[in-house]
Parts: sequence; structure tokens; C-alpha cells
Amino acid sequence: MDSVGNIIVYFIIAIAMIFFSFKAVTTRKILRAATYLLFVLLAVGVAYFQLGYQFLGAVQIAVYAGGIMVLFVFAILLTHKPNDKSGLIDSHRRAWGITLAGSAAVVLIFALFYMPLLHGASLMECMQSGGEITMKEIGTAFTGSDRFQYLLPFEAISVLLLACIIGGVTIARKG
Amino acid sequence: MDLSMLWYLVPSVIMLACGIYGFVTRKNLIAILISLELMLNSADLNFVVFNRYLFPGSMEGMAFSLFAIAIAAAETAIAIAIIINIYRAIGNTDITEIKKLKF
Amino acid sequence: MDITLPILILAIPITMFLILGIGGVKMSKKMAGVLGILGLGTTAVLAYIVALTYYFSGDPLFIVDGVRQQYQVFDVTWLAFTQSLVVNIGFLLDPISALMLIVITTISFMVHLYSWGYMEGEQGFQRYYAFLSLFTFSMLGLVVATNIFQMYIFWELVGVSSYLLIGFYYKLPSAVSASKKAFIVTRFADLGFLIGILILSYYTDTFNFVDMTSNPDGVLLSTGGATFMGASVLTWAMVLIFTGGMGKSAMMPLHIWLPDAMEGPTPVSALIHAATMVVAGVYLVARMFPVYCTVDAAMTFICVVGAITAFYAAVVACAQIDIKRILAFSTISQIAFMMVSLGVAYDKPIEGVHYSGLGYMAGMFHLFTHAMFKALLFLGAGALIHAVHSNNYTAMGGLRKYMPITHITFLFGCLAIAGIWPFSGFFSKDEMLAAMFARHWFWGAWMTMVAGLTAFYMFRMYFLVFWWKENPHYKEHKPHDAPWQMSLPLIILAIVSLCAGWIPFGEFVTWNGEPYHIHIELSVAVTSICIAVCAIALAGVMYAKENPLPAKVKSFWPTLWEAAHRRFYWDEIYMFITHKIIFGIICKSIAWFDRHVIDATMDGFAKITQKTSYAIRGMQSGEIQAYVAWYIAGAVVLAAITWLCLI
Repeated sequence: MDSVGNIIVYFIIAIAMIFFSFKAVTTRKILRAATYLLFVLLAVGVAYFQLGYQFLGAVQIAVYAGGIMVLFVFAILLTHKPNDKSGLIDSHRRAWGITLAGSAAVVLIFALFYMPLLHGASLMECMQSGGEITMKEIGTAFTGSDRFQYLLPFEAISVLLLACIIGGVTIARKG
Repeated sequence: MDLSMLWYLVPSVIMLACGIYGFVTRKNLIAILISLELMLNSADLNFVVFNRYLFPGSMEGMAFSLFAIAIAAAETAIAIAIIINIYRAIGNTDITEIKKLKF
Repeated sequence: MDITLPILILAIPITMFLILGIGGVKMSKKMAGVLGILGLGTTAVLAYIVALTYYFSGDPLFIVDGVRQQYQVFDVTWLAFTQSLVVNIGFLLDPISALMLIVITTISFMVHLYSWGYMEGEQGFQRYYAFLSLFTFSMLGLVVATNIFQMYIFWELVGVSSYLLIGFYYKLPSAVSASKKAFIVTRFADLGFLIGILILSYYTDTFNFVDMTSNPDGVLLSTGGATFMGASVLTWAMVLIFTGGMGKSAMMPLHIWLPDAMEGPTPVSALIHAATMVVAGVYLVARMFPVYCTVDAAMTFICVVGAITAFYAAVVACAQIDIKRILAFSTISQIAFMMVSLGVAYDKPIEGVHYSGLGYMAGMFHLFTHAMFKALLFLGAGALIHAVHSNNYTAMGGLRKYMPITHITFLFGCLAIAGIWPFSGFFSKDEMLAAMFARHWFWGAWMTMVAGLTAFYMFRMYFLVFWWKENPHYKEHKPHDAPWQMSLPLIILAIVSLCAGWIPFGEFVTWNGEPYHIHIELSVAVTSICIAVCAIALAGVMYAKENPLPAKVKSFWPTLWEAAHRRFYWDEIYMFITHKIIFGIICKSIAWFDRHVIDATMDGFAKITQKTSYAIRGMQSGEIQAYVAWYIAGAVVLAAITWLCLI
């Protein structure tokens, strides 16, 4: 039995996720879509907090909601034109989209409900058996090279980001 | 009332479906990118949920999500650079006008 | 024996070939000629040293109690297929290989010297000398082979050199087709040779000549009485091996390439197509002689083929116009003579025959003398062609005043081949006929008749070239004797042809190495000389002075003349078989199958692929969203399938 607070928070973030992601892909105005995406990202960040991953939640909010959203907003402002018609969608496209998304959702949700594995323990039990992950653990895991430690991917990501910086600059400058 | 795994996975699926819908229907490149972020986020959330409920003692799912966020940042940066370049070249960001790469 | 000299004998010609072949373009003609002659001269000297050491040193390696031994100077493993089946490369010294060393290097040296004058000013002079060196190397390798497989390798190499030299004037279509013909016909025969080798080695587990010939009964036993289509396996093997010899030695019906091979330069004809390569078949039979003796059928086969060929070639030679063709047919006939001589020999005593191995000795003797006088005749013919620029005797006549040296040497050659005492041909031919008469009167009588024909056609050519009447063209272009490089070999060979008969050949070469004292079989000798003289007299009557007799004879049997002139239509028969039957019927149907079934299948695949790709290329629309939509649809279907499987 989970606490009432947890359940309330869950419902808030679940409704926010569903509602705002739906709005984000249906609204015609691109800047609004970005804003709705921001809300979705925040909701996901809160979900991470609720699941006990404070560091991940913080990263989600800082990098996604902070960094990437700024990029989106910049890009929208740079490429925006008045009377942009690209928000309009014809019925043919919509039919395709609804079919695909609907069939994917139906298949996946049916699969979820038929998996006995997924109907198990409550959140509280899991939190008790695992507990929160401290910053110290995360730091050790990301700078070690033993089993279940991630120094190599961590370094690879650093190089990837560096390459991304250089590549972004080069591509954007070229035109 | 227990908050089992399913409770988190269902919104995640709906997010994914919305992402698919957006990706297939929207014409604006940036809107498509937004849909992509939605799909990515639903996947990240799944990792974390599985980690929490099935292997609460370890942190693989979380680490995976962390790396995914970092890569998403890189990917978005590059994608936006490309979109700006396209905008410079053809004057808008409509994907229906970018289909020369074909037979 | 030290292996340096034997190795040098093989190494110098091949080195010369490489030097002249690779560096020849950069060399002056004179330089190439001198290099070739010097290289071959050195080889000849070394070969003489080795051969004379073998014959005269009395070393116990070579001769034990007066019996000459087979001695392998070296014999190293080259290819090891299985434990027992190993191909070696070696150097075998025995009476016949030592004899061949002398013959090959002598003739080759004469031809090298002669070519310096004959080929002067020809394009590709350096190439010519390179090929001559290659040929000499291959031929030497062939005769010193210690095993049948090594012989086969060099056998093919002489075939290649022959091909290259016949096609030396590669701008002449006739030379090109002649070279192809020679190569294909001999190659065809060599297929039989190879199969024979494989059969033989399959049963005996060895390629080595010494192993086989020292124990022929062992060879016979090793086949275990196996038979195939009514004949014993050993018979098949030996007949098939002889097929290779038939190809190289131009026995019927594989003789068709040799007359055409005369398209090559005349010195080449002298070296390859008269003296050395074409006797490879005889050499092969002599090499395997004790094994052949265990198979009576094969020996009879050799005799029959030889007898028919000898007669056929002699008749055809009477009706040819081209003097080189006459000599070519004469060569075929003489080689057939040697074959019959080998065929009538036997390695065990026969009742009523005082020496059953006489045929072997006589055949080898004739091989030796024939090489000398036939080379002489070819070189003489070369001098004639050099002088009048035509191969046909119709462009000659009355040349004896203009070309005295050529005339005398040519006459020597003709007398030698006709078998007139005291020329060398008399002695060898007498021994051969004696051996044939001793075996059966039929062989002797038949071959005596061929010998008479030989004398007739040779003197027909001689009189038509040197007597008859002077050709009117001489006034514009006066023929004269050849330069010294060409005359010198003629004179040397003429002297050899005169004297070679006095060599006590039986002391050196017999089938088992035991010496045999030659004595003239008087009855045979007198008969054959009488017939030869009659034939010469007949030729003299018909051709010495211009008279209508030959035309009368011709018109008396026009069909026979025409048939003989056209070589009894052998080429036409081959043409009919290859073109009409093989190309026209078999190949055409195969080509149809290839084009309409195999190719069509392949084309069908290509067409289907193309049609399909045209049909589905619209899927690659360039619209990213469409791709993603299809991708997601596929993923959803897969997910659904997985889910259905799981529940």
C-alpha cells in the first residue's frame, strides 16, 4: 500500500505526461508545442524523483528542460516565419498517424496487461529493498573501470559531445 | 492501492504513441524533432522504471538513461544545426519539400 | 660423376633463352647471334665431354664387364604426390641418351651457325635465337629424363618451342595456322600419352625408367592381369603412350601437322622437324623398349603403324612440288622406318634369329645417321630457297653450275638417304632391313620397297632441282652459293653423312648395353643397293633432262597423281570431321544449349531483378516520414507477433 501522497503525485504527473504530450503533437503553433514538451519533460523529471533517482531527475530538468529546450526555442525563433502553414495537417496524413500510433499503443498496452511480471510489487516495497542511490555511489560507478562501472562509456560520451560541438558549429556555419 | 510498474508504463506508452503520431503527421522539422524527444523520453522512463521495480539493488537502467540524455543533447544540437542549414538553403523547414534523396 | 657438367648442359641453354628473350630487344642482332652461337657451342662441347666420357672412360659407373650401365647422375624429388608416387627431376646417362646428347647439340650448333647467315636481316632475329635456345634446352631435358613424367614435361616444352618457331613469321596467316595445327595435333596425341602414363604409374607405383625397364616382368605382374575392353591394361597403357609418340613423330593418322610445319624458317625445320623433336617418339619407344617387349600387341601395333606410314609418306613425297614438303614426307617415312625397326626387335632370343635386339640397335643407328643427313638436306634446301626465293622446284632446275657447294653436299645427302655404299644411310638402313627380314620376310620386303621409293623421290627432287633445265629467271637474278656461315655447316654435315656409317655403332648402343659387332648382311645389302640404284636410274631417266616422260606418267594415272599430290586427302578428312561433324553438329547443339538455356536462365534472373526493382523503386520516395511510418508499422507487426507467441 503506497502512501496517498505518492498516489496523488503519480496521478498529477501521469495526467500531465499524457495531456501535454498529446497537446505537443497536436497544436499548430510550434512554440506552443515546444512549451508543452517542456511540461512533459518536467513531468518525467518529477517521475524520476518519485522513483528515487534524484540525480537523474536533476539531470533531466537541467539538461533537457534547461539546455535542450533553449536550443529548441532558439531554433524556432531562427527559422520562424509569419504565416507559417506547416502546422496545417491534411486528413490523409492524420489518418496515417492515427492508425500507426493507435496500433502501436494497442499492441503495447495489451502486451503490458498480459505480462504477469509487471503486476507485482508496490513502489514502496521496491524503495525499501533498494533505497535511494547516493551521489557517492554514482560518482564511483562513473569513474571506475570494474564490473558495473562506466568509465569507458563516460569517456566516450565526452568525446561524442566534443565532436557534437565541433560538428554543430561546422554544419551551422556552412550555408 | 499499489503503484505497480504498470502505472508508469501506461503513460509511457501513450507518450510513445503521441511521438509516433507527431513524427508521421507534422511537417515542420522542429515539430518532428519534438516528437522524437517524446519517444526518447518514454524509452528513458521505461529504463528507469524497470530498474526500480525489477532490479532495485543496481543502477544500470539509471546509467543508461543518463547516457541517453547526454546523447539526446548531442543529437538535438546536430539536428538543429542541420535544420538551420536547411532553412538557409530553401527558406523554410517544411519536410515535404526535402525529398530529393530518392531513386 | 660430377654433376656440374650435366647441370650446365641444361642450364646454359635456358639461361641463354632468358637472356635473349628478355634482353634481346635491347641487343643488336649480331650480339644476339654471337651470344646464341657461343652458348650453344659451350653446351655442345660439354655434351660431347659428357657423352664421350660415358662411352670411353671405362668407369665402372658406366660400364661393367663390357656391359654399358644406366647411370642416374642425379635424381631429385620435385613433386611428391603420395609416398610412392613421386615426380623427380634428374639426368640419366645411358647409351641412347648419350647418343641423343651428341645428335641434338651437333645439329643445334650447326643450325645456330647456319641461321646466322640464313636469318640475316629478318625481323625478330633475337627472338629466333631465344626460341632456338629454349628448344635445345627442352630437347636435352627430354632425352636425359630419368622418369616418364619428366619426359612428359619436356615433351610439352618441345611442343611449345616447336609451336613458337613454326609460327615465327607470325604475320603470315599460313604460318600461324600451321603452328596452331602442329600444337593442337600433338597436344591431342599427348592426351593419350598422359593417360598412358597415369595408367602405367597407377599400377607400377613409379615413374622411373630404370625401375621399369630393368624389371619389365615386374611391370607386367603389377597390373595383375587386369583387362579393359578385351585388351590387357598394360597393352592399353603402352599403346596410349605410343600415341604420344605418334603425335610427335608424325605417324599416321597424326602426321598432318608435319608438312604444314614447313612454314617455319628452314633451319628450324632442319633442327626440329627433321633431326631431333620428331624422333622423340622413336626415342620414347626405345626408352621403354623392355616394357614394350612384354606386350606383343603393342609391338605389332608399332610395326603396322610404321609400315603403313612409311609407305604412305613415300608415295606422297613422289608427288609434291614444294621441296620442303618432299623432305617433310621423307622425314615421316624415315621415322616410320625406325619405328618398324624398333617394332621388330625383341629383348629375348628368338629361335632362328641370331640377334633379336638388332632392330633396336639399327633403329637408333638410323636415328643418328638420319639426323645428320636429313639436317644436311634441309639446310641444303634452305640454301636453295635462300638463292631462288621459292620453295617449289618449278622455280629451280639446272642449279648445279650456279651453286656447286650446295649441289655436292645435297648430292651427298641424297646418296646417304638412298642408302648407297659408302654413305652412312647405307649402313643403318642395311641393319634395319636385316633385322626386319630376320623377324619376318614381309616386313623386310615391304620396307625394301619403301627404301626403293625413297631413293626414287629423293633423286626426283635432286634431278629436278639441279638438272632438268635452267630456269629462265636466272638471267635476272643469278643464284649463287650461300655465305660461309651457311656453307660451313653444309660441308661439315656432308662429311659426317659420308663417314658416320663407319662408326661401329653396335659397340655403343644396344638395348641392354652389351656390345654387338656389326657385320653387313650381304644378301640384304646387295638387294637394297640394287633396288636403290634402279630407282635412281629411273629418276635419272625421267628427270635428268627435260623430257615429256613425267607428264606422260602423270596423265597415265591422273587420279593417283592428284590423290598423292593432295596427300590422299587426309587434311580434307580432318577438315570434314572437325568442321562438319564436330563444329557443325556437336558444337552447334552445345552452343544452342548454352545460349538458349544457360544464358537465358541467367538473363532471366537479371530481367526479373530489373523488373522487380523498377516496380518497387517508388517505395524509395525520399520522404523520411514515409520510411519511418513503414518502419514503425513493421515494428508493431513484429511486436504483435512476439506478443502472440508469448501468451
